[in-house]
Amino acid sequence: MFDEMQGSEQSRQVVRPAYAALWDWLGETKPDVLDFRRREAELLFRRIGITFAVYGDAEAHERLIPFDIIPRILSASEWDVLHRGLVQRIKAINAFVNDIYHRREILKAGVLPEDLIFQNPVFRPEMNGQKVPHDVYVHVAGIDVVRTDAETFYVLEDNARTPSGVSYMLENREIMLRLFPELFSRYRVAPVEHYPDELLQTLKSVAPSAASSDPTVVLLTPGLHNSAYYEHSFLADKLGIELVEGRDLVVKDEVVHMRTTEGLKRVDVIYRRIDDDFLDPLVFRPDSALGVPGLMSAYQADNVTLANAVGTGIADDKAIYSYMPQILKFYLGEDPILKNVPTWRCRESDHLTYVLEHIGELVTKEVHGSGGYGMLIGPAADRATIAAFCAKLKSNPKDFIAQPTLALSTCPTCVEDGIAPRHVDLRPFVLAGRDRIHVVPGGLTRVAMPKGSLVVNSSQGGGTKDTWVLDR
Amino acid sequence: MRISIAHSTVYRYEPPANGAVQVLRLTPRNHDSQYVARWRIDVSPDAQLAMREDAFGNITHVFSAARPLPEIRVDVDGEVETQDGNGVVRGTAERFPQSLFLRDTDLTRADAAIRALAEEIGTANGCIPLDSLHALMRRLHDEIAYDTALTNTPMSAAEAFALKRGVCRDLTHAFIAVARCLGIPARYVAGYLQLADGITEQEAGHAWAEAFVPDLGWVGFDPANAICQTDAYVRVAVGLDSLGAAPVRGARYGISAESLEVAIKVGQ
Repeated sequence: MFDEMQGSEQSRQVVRPAYAALWDWLGETKPDVLDFRRREAELLFRRIGITFAVYGDAEAHERLIPFDIIPRILSASEWDVLHRGLVQRIKAINAFVNDIYHRREILKAGVLPEDLIFQNPVFRPEMNGQKVPHDVYVHVAGIDVVRTDAETFYVLEDNARTPSGVSYMLENREIMLRLFPELFSRYRVAPVEHYPDELLQTLKSVAPSAASSDPTVVLLTPGLHNSAYYEHSFLADKLGIELVEGRDLVVKDEVVHMRTTEGLKRVDVIYRRIDDDFLDPLVFRPDSALGVPGLMSAYQADNVTLANAVGTGIADDKAIYSYMPQILKFYLGEDPILKNVPTWRCRESDHLTYVLEHIGELVTKEVHGSGGYGMLIGPAADRATIAAFCAKLKSNPKDFIAQPTLALSTCPTCVEDGIAPRHVDLRPFVLAGRDRIHVVPGGLTRVAMPKGSLVVNSSQGGGTKDTWVLDR
Repeated sequence: MRISIAHSTVYRYEPPANGAVQVLRLTPRNHDSQYVARWRIDVSPDAQLAMREDAFGNITHVFSAARPLPEIRVDVDGEVETQDGNGVVRGTAERFPQSLFLRDTDLTRADAAIRALAEEIGTANGCIPLDSLHALMRRLHDEIAYDTALTNTPMSAAEAFALKRGVCRDLTHAFIAVARCLGIPARYVAGYLQLADGITEQEAGHAWAEAFVPDLGWVGFDPANAICQTDAYVRVAVGLDSLGAAPVRGARYGISAESLEVAIKVGQ
């Protein structure tokens, strides 16, 4: 088991360099002071009102995500690897989505089976042949990375639709700066505060050619009842753009307008946090009241940019994920800098046999599930749960993949009885604009609060940490 | 055969709507056995009609208005020259490989009953696609009663098959669902049919299916009439289901009641 502060079990005597100052500080700081700060942080979060609606939890529809005050620290050289790996990944993803909706070279080359695309619910036939500004489809990606030892990072998931969590990255930093100025004085931590500016620049850079030099950007939210509504309003505020719902927009002569008190105003770029299915009832689900009728026609006419583009789910589908190394090779001619977790595709019968035989050792996931739903962690599951899951798996194998249970790295975390290692992952946010890919140094570190737990999803009780990337 | 078509659709809003957007798939294209001699599409109130092609190669027009509308009127008028292709449709605008048309949609998803029918038909016909499709067409024609009372009741293939009643749309969905279960690419076609009995006035457009048969290509099957496509058919739009090929998909702003009036005349 690799601990990011104390290294592997064999080397537990030595604190890893990036954590040395934190180690000292933790030693110098009295437990009651730490505890006081912890409660103060919680109070601040409550005051800000940063909450997360958890689906299927009737008792507490909105609750605070636990915040851990001990930062997770990455050295400059570690970040350098991550950064290069993430940029490489997003380049390949954009090339892939562009290809899938146009020439489909990758299918002609036989790298991917055709039915994995055409029969995939997240593939959008409606996007076929649709040109998007500067061929950028995924403008904002949240790529989930885990670590298993000092050198090895794996990409666990590419979130290429409407990834959320960046508000936590920003809030966590703000609160840490407020509560622990003395700890920051011992480090040179790369800033993350400019993320909203970078995001706005990215969005403006992909405005349609018809837009003015200062394009109008809006954030489209499904509304108050969405689990990420807080983030939507937070980001709109930070970006200084309008937060709109579908009913605030109207399409006339293939142009999208926003209703304002001074009449209609043309909209050029929509940072949409609504799923494809609900975007336009004239093209997708006809019963959607969240979307904008005619939006896709304005999109087709190149009068508006949607970020992310429609149909990008094809790039973060869990079945497609298993092909990412080949996808990178195909478009970039490069080997992946960040590893892919070996993945068994249950749609292939020999893989299915293996998975059924080893289900107790594997993590088995529903291809279209997310947020930790529809997932079985073999080593942590009891017999009855496994049996029920196997029945589901056998009835529809093509909907499942399985991966080995990775020994996720741990980070020191404040728990009931002091400070103890807890498993973490990392979601850095990658921005892709007209001619620049930018990754804000840091991201959202999620931490599984119960001892030994590997489930970091906030919907399953995971917490967050501030993520520090050290300047050289 | 030379077929003339007049198709008018009137939406009335009470009180007037504050605006509307409509996507129209009402313009046929040429293919080997279909030549569009004359075609005109008019919308009132007068508005810009942007013509484009959708992802499936259908011609679309988008109408939008952001002012009070008591009604919208869409008039289509044209003439199409057709030939009998023995059911086979060649020279169509194809934007996807056939295998895309194995794709499920909410309206064509198979349930246990549909899968059972697919298995039965596949077995009885030695899994020969053309034989299976003919058998399927007859079977659905005999088993699902034509009931125009259901025109405005949206149903999935599985629902229609369970109810054993429906209109051409529902029979077509069922046909597509079963064909796809058999591994045969199938799609929905919206268009017009000139009736053999000489009656020209119709209450609705027609719908049928196309299935991809190896060595032949796309073949039109009309389960509502239990015949393959002839020169009496005018093909307007295709899609994975009726939504994808819908002649009109629209939305209006404001709260008003909508009433719809359709008048279609198909004749020589």
